[in-house]
Amino acid sequence: MRIKVEKRFYITKWQEVCIILASIVLAFSSGALVFHFLGVDPLEAYKMMIDGSLGDFYGVSETVAKTIPLIMCSLAVALSFTMVVWNIGAEGQFVLGALACTAFVRYLYVDNFVVMLACMGISALLAGGLWGAFAGFLKARWNVNEIITTLMMNYVAILLLQYFVYGSWRDPTSLGFPMTPLFPKSARLHQFFSTRVHSGIFFAVIIALILWIVVRKGVWGYEIRVSGQNPKAADYAGIRSTRNVILVMFLSGAIAGLAGMAEMAGLHRRLQPGFAVGYGYTAIIIAWLARLHPLAIIFVSFLFGALFVGGENLQIAMRLPLSSVQILQGLILFFLLGGEFFRNYRVSFISRKR
Amino acid sequence: MELIVPILAAAVRSGTPILYATLGEIMTEKSGVLNLGLEGIMLIGAYVGFIVTYNTGSPFWGLVAAFFVGMAVNVVHAFLCISLKANQVICGLAMTMFGTGVSSLLGRGYVGETIAGLQAVALPGLSSFPVVGPVFFSQDVMVYISYLLVFVVWFLMYKTKFGLMIRAVGDSPLSAEAAGISVSAVRYASTLLGGGLVSLGGAYLTVVYSHMWVDLMTAGRGWIAVALVIFAIWNPLRAALGSYLFGGVEALQMRIQAGGTTVPAPLLMMLPYILTIAVLVVISVFKGRGRMLGAPSALGLPFYREERE
Repeated sequence: MRIKVEKRFYITKWQEVCIILASIVLAFSSGALVFHFLGVDPLEAYKMMIDGSLGDFYGVSETVAKTIPLIMCSLAVALSFTMVVWNIGAEGQFVLGALACTAFVRYLYVDNFVVMLACMGISALLAGGLWGAFAGFLKARWNVNEIITTLMMNYVAILLLQYFVYGSWRDPTSLGFPMTPLFPKSARLHQFFSTRVHSGIFFAVIIALILWIVVRKGVWGYEIRVSGQNPKAADYAGIRSTRNVILVMFLSGAIAGLAGMAEMAGLHRRLQPGFAVGYGYTAIIIAWLARLHPLAIIFVSFLFGALFVGGENLQIAMRLPLSSVQILQGLILFFLLGGEFFRNYRVSFISRKR
Repeated sequence: MELIVPILAAAVRSGTPILYATLGEIMTEKSGVLNLGLEGIMLIGAYVGFIVTYNTGSPFWGLVAAFFVGMAVNVVHAFLCISLKANQVICGLAMTMFGTGVSSLLGRGYVGETIAGLQAVALPGLSSFPVVGPVFFSQDVMVYISYLLVFVVWFLMYKTKFGLMIRAVGDSPLSAEAAGISVSAVRYASTLLGGGLVSLGGAYLTVVYSHMWVDLMTAGRGWIAVALVIFAIWNPLRAALGSYLFGGVEALQMRIQAGGTTVPAPLLMMLPYILTIAVLVVISVFKGRGRMLGAPSALGLPFYREERE
């Protein structure tokens, strides 16, 4: 008997779904093994995670609250991945958006909800967008590796955040805690039914719909997809990929920046160091799992929101660090990547005959 | 002079973990495999080095264990990227997440514990030279090994048959295959060896540099090493130069902080990251827009034997 590997030319939707589901099941099974060897009871841990995130109304509402930034960050990275531009910097752009809107509240506050919302939104879009566009410009102009520049800018963004909250923006009445004062009322997004789900969710869904139409149905979306899949063909067709790289990185950064603003105005209502918990990195997995499809991202983000809330529950109930979730995230990504092989290639066993 | 020499000596010390990681990544990338999981592998190496030294009392075994665990962890990357032809960028990110998670989950009980670690040994004779002596030859054994390693990796790459095979597989896997080289086997070998070195770089941080475990202690050094590979145009000798440059910035920044300054710490701590971007821009501007000299042509591309384009 021998194994034959050949390229697949088509795959049914059903097969594709099966492969993804199998990858996730395998990821959680191997996660259970890892937990077991690290001295954590996997069944109890998984039960805690599900109970905490999907078990009751409060859990679900928390999951949705975390889904909001995840959707936006994932849309941001998915947009750049569509063009095969690796924006790994959603985390930094998210922080920059939060910084920009906090600066607006601090220095240019007007007591009018509509004006504030617009100004905070625009400042966050611009800050995140320019943070991303800088890496895009370097890539377009001198072919500087955008993976490394965006990542380095994440570190810079987090340090910038620390500079402000430990420095001049610190609330004098906070008893030394590094945080800004609470945002005034007109600088807040509405929260529903006394949960932490805020109206930023509309931003997330609307952006997903817009991207779905623009990227999947529009001419520009077609251009960036061609540039990503076959840069040479795109050049011959006269597609200006240089301009598109910068534009894609700007838009990508802007969406992540807006996520940062929604997180500030909707959830935390003040700037503090711990608010960037890695949504920008999780977004990479979500985008990949959703195959960069803007609408699928909404659904997948909800699942990862549950993973985050479940992880927090683990932290409280079993005293495990939040990083345990990162192990699961890494494993899910490993198995998805492995599963991709079976999507692209058909493996068959052939019995040896004369 | 009395002011500069300690900073230069500290630069060599701070640069050494980055140097190990950069050399490891050069080996891996030369065969055409891109490994962006350095940050995670270094963290695992740092943890393993710490915990084995902590339990055995021997830094030697800590470092050896870190090397082999690094190789073992990289089997995952090699299997996914070489055998299953996965996307190497995403796979590297997964390695980083996994390594970060595992190291901080395992290390949670050991924060604040210290180990004896490795101490400095001045080389007799060489260390008595002015400036050069205290800067380069009054260090610990791992620093001396890294000097040798720079030449070993260079020799291996450019003067041995194995090195030729690695470069062939990285530049033109189809021709290498036609010449009878097993592309997968060579890529596996270089990915695992490289991973071992990266992990050793991480172990240096705990066993030699700080003598304790701190969560997320690599602080981006893995990514800086990825950038340094490009700066070094895949040349081990230039990798040493780049690593010491970064070590120098780190040492200088710590010196300024310790000396009491009005510049806030976060701004000083940005320096290495900003320098990384600056270095990349400079190198890219000089090399122009075309393919970079020394870059393996097949870097990041999976090899499928039946695909002939």
